[in-house]
Amino acid sequence: MITLKVNGQTRNVDADPATPLLYVLRDHLQLNGAKYGCGLGQCGACTVLVEGEAVFSCITPILVVQERSIRTLEGLGTAEHPGAVQQAFIDEQAAQCGYCIPGMIVRTQALLEKNPAPTDEEIRKALNASLCRCGTHMRILRAVRRAAQSFKAGKA
Amino acid sequence: MRRTSVEKPPNLSAGPKIVARRALALVGAMLFALAGACLIGQQALQAQTPSTRTVSDPAVVAKGAALAAIGNCASCHTAEGGKTLVGGRALDTPFGTVYSTNLTPDPDTGIGRWSAREFRRAMHQGIGRDGRELYPAFPYDHYTRVIEEDADAIFAYLMSHDPVRAKIPENRMIVPRPAVTFWKSLYFKPGPLPPDATHDAQWNRGRYLVEGLGHCGACHKPRNALGAEDPQRALAGGRIEGWSAPALNAQSPAPRAWTVENLTTYLRTGFDMQHGVAAGAMAPVTQNLATVPEADVRAIAVYIASQMRGARPAESPTASSNPASETAQVAEDAVPDSFGAAATGTDGSAVYKSACAGCHERAQRGIPLSLSTTITDATSANLVRITFEGVTPREGQAGGIMPAFGGALTDRQMTALAEYLRKEIAHAPPWSDIEREIAKARDEQKGKKPS
Amino acid sequence: MTPSSKFQPSRRRFLAESGALVVSFALARYADAQPAASAPGSLAKAPNLDSWIRVDADGAITVFTGKVELGQGLKTAITQIAAEELFVEPKSIRLVTADTARTPDEGQTAGSNSMKDSGTAVMNAAAQVREMLVGLAATRFGVERNALLLQDGAIRTRDGRTATYGELVANQSLHVAAQAQSSLVEAKARRYIGKSMPRVDIPAKVVGGAAYVHDLRLPNMVHARVVRPPNRSARLTMIDAQTIEKMPGMVKVVRNGSFLAVVAEREFQAIGAMRAANRAAKWDMPQARGATDAYAALAAAPHEDFVIQGDKSPITKAWTRQATFRRPYQMHASIGPSCAVALYEGEKLTVWTHSQGVYPLRGSIAEMLKMPLERIRCVHMEGSGCYGHNGADDAAADAALIALALPGRPVRVQWMREQEHAWEPYGSAMTTTVQAVLQSGSITDWQFEVTSGPHSTRPERKGGYLAAAWLLQEPMAPPPPQPIPQPDGGGDRNSIPLYSIPNVRVVHRFVRDPTLRVSALRSLGAYMNVFSIESFMDELAAAANADPVAFRLRHLADTRAQDAIKLAAERFGWSDFKRRPGKGRGFAFARYKNHAAYAAIAMEVDVDRDGGRIDVTRVVAAIDSGDAVNPDGIRNQTEGGIVQSLSWTLYEAVRFDDKTIESRDWASYPIMRFASVPRSVEVHVIERPGTPFLGTGEAAQGPTSAALANALADATGVRIREIPLTPERVRAALSQA
Repeated sequence: MITLKVNGQTRNVDADPATPLLYVLRDHLQLNGAKYGCGLGQCGACTVLVEGEAVFSCITPILVVQERSIRTLEGLGTAEHPGAVQQAFIDEQAAQCGYCIPGMIVRTQALLEKNPAPTDEEIRKALNASLCRCGTHMRILRAVRRAAQSFKAGKA
Repeated sequence: MRRTSVEKPPNLSAGPKIVARRALALVGAMLFALAGACLIGQQALQAQTPSTRTVSDPAVVAKGAALAAIGNCASCHTAEGGKTLVGGRALDTPFGTVYSTNLTPDPDTGIGRWSAREFRRAMHQGIGRDGRELYPAFPYDHYTRVIEEDADAIFAYLMSHDPVRAKIPENRMIVPRPAVTFWKSLYFKPGPLPPDATHDAQWNRGRYLVEGLGHCGACHKPRNALGAEDPQRALAGGRIEGWSAPALNAQSPAPRAWTVENLTTYLRTGFDMQHGVAAGAMAPVTQNLATVPEADVRAIAVYIASQMRGARPAESPTASSNPASETAQVAEDAVPDSFGAAATGTDGSAVYKSACAGCHERAQRGIPLSLSTTITDATSANLVRITFEGVTPREGQAGGIMPAFGGALTDRQMTALAEYLRKEIAHAPPWSDIEREIAKARDEQKGKKPS
Repeated sequence: MTPSSKFQPSRRRFLAESGALVVSFALARYADAQPAASAPGSLAKAPNLDSWIRVDADGAITVFTGKVELGQGLKTAITQIAAEELFVEPKSIRLVTADTARTPDEGQTAGSNSMKDSGTAVMNAAAQVREMLVGLAATRFGVERNALLLQDGAIRTRDGRTATYGELVANQSLHVAAQAQSSLVEAKARRYIGKSMPRVDIPAKVVGGAAYVHDLRLPNMVHARVVRPPNRSARLTMIDAQTIEKMPGMVKVVRNGSFLAVVAEREFQAIGAMRAANRAAKWDMPQARGATDAYAALAAAPHEDFVIQGDKSPITKAWTRQATFRRPYQMHASIGPSCAVALYEGEKLTVWTHSQGVYPLRGSIAEMLKMPLERIRCVHMEGSGCYGHNGADDAAADAALIALALPGRPVRVQWMREQEHAWEPYGSAMTTTVQAVLQSGSITDWQFEVTSGPHSTRPERKGGYLAAAWLLQEPMAPPPPQPIPQPDGGGDRNSIPLYSIPNVRVVHRFVRDPTLRVSALRSLGAYMNVFSIESFMDELAAAANADPVAFRLRHLADTRAQDAIKLAAERFGWSDFKRRPGKGRGFAFARYKNHAAYAAIAMEVDVDRDGGRIDVTRVVAAIDSGDAVNPDGIRNQTEGGIVQSLSWTLYEAVRFDDKTIESRDWASYPIMRFASVPRSVEVHVIERPGTPFLGTGEAAQGPTSAALANALADATGVRIREIPLTPERVRAALSQA
């Protein structure tokens, strides 16, 4: 049994410690946010927060994240009460197929928690590890800027 | 002077470094020497006619471009996110911060008024157009070996650019320029390299490039307290921006001996399957060398390989003999062994097997770590940094991607992993600097704006 | 976006004029014009109103479409259309997308045809259902139609008597054939169509709701991975299934000939088993194919020539200019590798899939499994953006095969990244040659030849197009691909210039069997043909000493084309462009398929001569998609098409050797990242309410690529005619200049 702290809850999972966190989140905990895009740490669709850092859950074995605070997309807000970043993405309609968006949102959260007033260059650099194939980049950047406004206004 | 900040991969930035305590002690000595140095000031050359953008022979410009790539001019003379060769990059030294200059032919803010002769003097003697000393962050201790014809070609190449008007920030050096004269008197030996008749033309070409434009020793040689390369310890290894530049001589820590072929591949592509990836400050070097005629890169490889002769490879018994054998297969081998629930996150073996082996024991993905200099090097600096930051190829170019593990691993897990790799894969004596390098690497990450 | 629930004068006015009507479609405007007697759009194929609209006794409204959501906003647009014509709020519409058990058969969601086919059908069906309801209410209440008001799913008289839609249809059937004409809401009275209503699918996607087939979890579900051969001709000679079946969590190893899959309880266990099977499997490798140069192979391959414009014999003129262009194999490279879930229970097979065409897929699976159609149901669930025919259908076939081996257990198949990269069908390599004569600044003669592999090998009810079928014990060979006829075309899509040129000849050299597996990739041949035509137009403009925009306008009769060009140029500031060293501007235009959306693109770039890198700073686009249901949706798709086309044109080429595909992942097939996307992309939508839908999704691919090449030429004087415009090519071209 491995103990994980996911979105503020303690969860015990019966999984091989070598299992990448992604499959535990999806398979054992039925969370949809983190997605399989490559399994190689190249695309960022699987991004979650571990102690506030953006991490590729597809190459992070649960072995190393035991007892550490893990936040997924689901931990940032719900349909009834979306978080600031989620709301910004809705407001900017920043999605086409939407598959990459959870990773973008989580990575944005990591950025803004540390740097609530990033420059355009800083945003681009922060998101560079996440790929979007549909070409939604411009809207994603606008959504991040919009979310930053919320953080700056203390509304996040 | 310790020079830092070659063009970095995107996730490093130049932030001001803390001035070394030793340096402060030396300032006193410098200021004393200053008094003497002031008496030996250089004069500006006779006023030259300002040059405008020159139209030169395209063949000369092309040659200059290749030479400038070997010299890595753009790496220092381009600010992060800035336009090429316009300068403004902060170069941190223990004696303060110096900003690289604008090398475009703008008459007021660039080299537009320079003559070829003045450019040669800068390269060969470290003197600016107005006669003042240049800080040896500009490695004229190497460029002094560049022959006139090559310096002229580089000058023609620079002058062929569009002039860009750009004011660069003021330097923040605690050592005034005239003190450099003193430094030069101790450590600077201007002049070309006499050819070595005991070696062939290719080797000599390689030496000319390595010891001259390539200024490999600027990173790959240890420096003394006053920041000068130690001439007695040729290519014995050094440090640059936190990374280790491994020894390229008989002390080379590479588990498998470098061949000329391997080196040429590595220098041109940034990767060799038998040795590893060019990371940190070395990445832009190989990106530049990719644009240089292969013959020159091969010559460099010949010379470096010859310097490494005598190195005893520490190839571990676990190194696989032919890691890249399966060309046709979609190679998805190397399942991490399952281990019991007792395995914890601070079990280095478990961390390696579950987080690293998936790529590093898979053909055509990461290299087998038994072949990597990173874990046989004298310091854990590179292992820590590569693990934390990953490897990112140049935008749009095919090349190995290693994800960053800095967020996934705690300091204790990194320590356990490093100890495991050092002991069980490198079979080398333990590092003493793991925790220190981890702390430094974490600071380096924080020093940049977070991502 | 919620309309007031009060009485609205405009609606009353509309109903008072109920007899004399609103917009009816000019069917003749469609290139594939239907005879006036048949119903509009997909209603022609599924004419009964209840195929499209269902009103339950409790008033719940369900709308059915045979098209699917690809991330292009289809669900939202169809919902808007239905809400508009049914006079209800969009949130009261329950939309069902393609499902062989429930919806009409609208073939593939492809070709940017969804609005034309399904939007038109839903619009008309909804309008006719509404009219029926109004008629029913008029009868029930004994009043004139124009004395009734529609509001919130109910119809009321002036004196306050009300009947809900549910009550009205209680004893009525909507199983009536659609009319050829409908009373459609006037453009100026619209509440939903033409508004940028927020996407109905985005909220779930940003909070982790189950939005994709990848998220489907059924009770007792198992996880499968396929074990693909090193290339499609390899044959499985040996696999020790028993050892693998002993691995933790393993349920079964499924083998049928060279089709091999592993099934486990947990997903990571299946991955482990897949890796073990990869190591253990022995494959019989065929002779290497030998071809590593895409273009040499294309030139040498057997081909059929189709003259699609002009005379059989070539034009023999002294050409003012000629040029040859090249485009390599390129990938869909969907960000989420393909996935499907299948369940075989009670002799019925259900497949949940993100295939663009569930009906054609069902037919193909039926043929592959030798099962009757009626026992198979294919239901669409979203995948990641597909941009055409990617691995979706194959993953569905894989799941079906495995499900048959495990009756009663839902089987989830997830392709790995490497498998998607290696096995998806690519966009074909293509070469073109353009030749033209200029006289007094006008083009008089034009000859265009395009050589290409096929642009569709979709499993259109034929099992042999499914990758799994090639591997079976009794393998099925893919049927010979067919060229897609004009006016749509495949490799020859957009190969006929829209420009007014007196003497035009266009030849399509159809290479049936190119080196690699190919099929439809967003815009098909249009991407390359427009790249060639629009690059060449700039070369001709330069030869004529003309401004590129003015040169194009001069050669275009179509006023809507002119409008799009002028708008893009004006918003870009084309005539005020400030020249600076290293900076350039480029322009390109195309009407997709020559009968669909108009797209004009202006672009500004900075070129770094040392590195050869092209930095796209600013893109300004104008698009005319006809009747714009959701203008922001059009903008979103066009922005996306622009950025994607920039990635294709700057970076992308599939690498392969004589045995295998080398482009396996994002390291070996890099695409554009945030570091390189433009500083700004502006899309201006020209709205033409009440005109036919022209579609949007593929219109920007071609013009973007040519605008880029033209901007590079403008900035540096250097013309590159081979995609991708890599830094190496730019540097090489600059050094020769």
